[in-house]
Amino acid sequence: MVTLKINDQEVKVAEGTTVLEAAKQLGVNIPTLCNHPDLCVAGNCRVCVVEQKGARTLIAACAMPVSEGMDIHTNSLKVRNARKHIVELLLSEHRADCTKCYKNQKCELQTLANEYSFGEHIFLDLVEDHAYNIDRSSPSFLKDDSKCIRCQRCVRTCAQLQHVSAIAVANKGAHMKISSFHDRPMSHVVCTNCGQCVNRCPTGALTEKTYIDQVWDAIYDPDKHVVVQTAPAVRVALGEDLGYDPGERVTGKMVTALRQLGFDSVLDTDFTADLTIIEEGTELLTRLKKVLVEKDKNTALPMFTSCSPGWIKFIEHKYPHMLPNLSTCKSPQQMFGALAKTFYAQKRNIDPAKIVSVSIMPCTAKKYEADRPEMRSSGYKDIDFVLTTRELAVMIKQAGIDFRTLEPARYDSIMGSSTGAAVIFGATGGVMEAALRTAYELVTGKPVPFTNLNITPVRGMEGVKEATVKIEGTTEEWRFLEGAELKVAIAHGLVNANKVAKAVSTGKASYHFIEIMACPGGCIGGGGQPIPTNVEIRKKRMEAIYSEDMHMDLRKSHENPEVVAIYKEFLEKPNGHKSHELLHTHYIERESY
Amino acid sequence: MYHTGNLVKELAEKHGRKRESLMPILQDIVKKYNYLTDESMVEVATELDISAAEVYGTASFYTFLDTQERGKNVIRVCKTITCSMKGKNDIISTIEDILKIRVGETTPDKMFTLLETNCIGWCHKAPAMLINDMPYTDLTPETVIDVIKGYMRK
Ligand code: SF4
Ligand code: SF4
Ligand code: SF4
Ligand code: FES
Ligand code: FES
Repeated sequence: MVTLKINDQEVKVAEGTTVLEAAKQLGVNIPTLCNHPDLCVAGNCRVCVVEQKGARTLIAACAMPVSEGMDIHTNSLKVRNARKHIVELLLSEHRADCTKCYKNQKCELQTLANEYSFGEHIFLDLVEDHAYNIDRSSPSFLKDDSKCIRCQRCVRTCAQLQHVSAIAVANKGAHMKISSFHDRPMSHVVCTNCGQCVNRCPTGALTEKTYIDQVWDAIYDPDKHVVVQTAPAVRVALGEDLGYDPGERVTGKMVTALRQLGFDSVLDTDFTADLTIIEEGTELLTRLKKVLVEKDKNTALPMFTSCSPGWIKFIEHKYPHMLPNLSTCKSPQQMFGALAKTFYAQKRNIDPAKIVSVSIMPCTAKKYEADRPEMRSSGYKDIDFVLTTRELAVMIKQAGIDFRTLEPARYDSIMGSSTGAAVIFGATGGVMEAALRTAYELVTGKPVPFTNLNITPVRGMEGVKEATVKIEGTTEEWRFLEGAELKVAIAHGLVNANKVAKAVSTGKASYHFIEIMACPGGCIGGGGQPIPTNVEIRKKRMEAIYSEDMHMDLRKSHENPEVVAIYKEFLEKPNGHKSHELLHTHYIERESY
Repeated sequence: MYHTGNLVKELAEKHGRKRESLMPILQDIVKKYNYLTDESMVEVATELDISAAEVYGTASFYTFLDTQERGKNVIRVCKTITCSMKGKNDIISTIEDILKIRVGETTPDKMFTLLETNCIGWCHKAPAMLINDMPYTDLTPETVIDVIKGYMRK
């Protein structure tokens, strides 16, 4: 342990703790910009400077480990003056048109400016001299260089968490900027649209591409029937943007709020998550049969899950030779979209041309996914607009809804019912668990041999998880699987996905089924989730998701009554002809820059 | 434009495939071809298992790792204060006149590219310039014509 003084208060902390963390323990707030708890120390913005008695210069609190007897002052005149200069220097190169900015009131730079820089600025304004670029090419987010303070959180995010490095630091001095390869449009590089960088950018330099106005227009249009679906991870995070602590489940209130916003039908992505399990589970079992019994050489194993569009784009760029290993199932969002304008339209007797299909997602990659040309199997754009959890919170505020006082309500029917298995889709390991609950039962006629159906080995925050499930007591049809050990792996965050993909690609791993989610923690840590998102907050959201599962009446996808019904009335059978038309897709090899 | 063929693979064998191998590999490509094509940067990225944006980012930091097409002979006239005061403008306009290109441009036959550079350490013999790796100093409009003509004959 190390003892030091911060603002004359003594504190004992473990060796290796930074001055910033030590101060936090005392409740002393030191402002930061480049620092982020998910990322390595950068120490480049200098906003966190503090004074160490006896030291010649100020030190960066985020980068300086504590040492015995340190005497730190976080608020001396010298410190305040330095911070003021640092903030003003940043502002001198920043197009601070806050009232027009998407990040207004949610911006870390603005907060600092509010504290340290009012009145006349001492530095020349350099913004006019720069030819800044605004990149609107990605359907998921905007990159506005005039708002960038070059803190490099995005660069570290993309490298350390996602192993993509679609963006890096380019040029030097006054020309230094965050750039893709040759500054190409973000839509034409390896970027997966995961939005992890967007979630960590402290300013308005990276923001989701918002479709709020388009959704309002649709709602106000009397000719349109607007359906909305909500992803599992949204209900355990939305509260954070509306004044709740992390980990609060707000499912029922969210449904009421969506109704009050004017959506004609409030439905649940969980319905198609359950459907995904049936389709994907069947696909897995079919592949196993083809490989094990029919010795078919053209069937690829292991099978990767395909519900994370960031992961899909990653593998299309980086491991195109493994595209046959991807499940052909669309993501639950897109299955929902395809059914909304076919099955739902028929049932409700509505002209599909008049349906506007909106989805609320924890994800920015889903905006991109909805734009993929393959995603038009209903004959229309299957999903018209994708909003993030954050955008939904904005709409709720815009409508003047007092969220806390809302009465909880239930989802509408026809594609509104769900199970606990679908809810856990939102956390890493959840798709695997849901799939095992159903597949095991399908093959053996018995529930998975885990207490309360909780398959704990596939849960948790470890980057790569592995588990083996022994299949025993198979029914006649699945006899070939008797005694087989199903080997599964789970990875979240593309840096971990890359490890697994590499192991499979080089033949170093022998799995049958692999779940991948592009974002750390799975969708609960998605790029479209409330800011901040960090380790602690992800944990709270994850706990909330599993508790939501425990509170559901039905906890296995194949027991969802609407899923059973849709096969009877419409789809006929899993992986059947109609399923293939509407619920399955294909992938494309992409370039590597 | 050029194709690197096996060069990038060979350089990766020679310098290794670590992050720190990046600079020597880029330098060797530039030594041979004067600049980095998009294709060569993507190849380097693949060999080292880093992204193309990282290769570009590194290259763009260094003035001598050009990412734009350059001629066979790259002329870099020093623009820093000593050379500036000792008449670099005359040197540049003389070169522009004989090569019929402006600073930043390459001759249509791809023989010459004319650029400016920061101080190259020959201030005591200003004005100075580099052609590829070779410094030329104490330049006058007359001597610079001779130098360029020498390269034209090569
Ligand atoms: S990024 Fe922040 S400081 Fe800049 S304009 Fe937007 S709100 Fe204002
Ligand atoms: S884009 Fe945002 S996160 Fe990236 S360097 Fe600029 S301000 Fe920082
Ligand atoms: S969206 Fe994801 S992949 Fe694209 S630049 Fe940001 S972090 Fe990297
Ligand atoms: S937060 Fe410490 S240097 Fe940026
Ligand atoms: S100023 Fe030209 S070489 Fe130094």
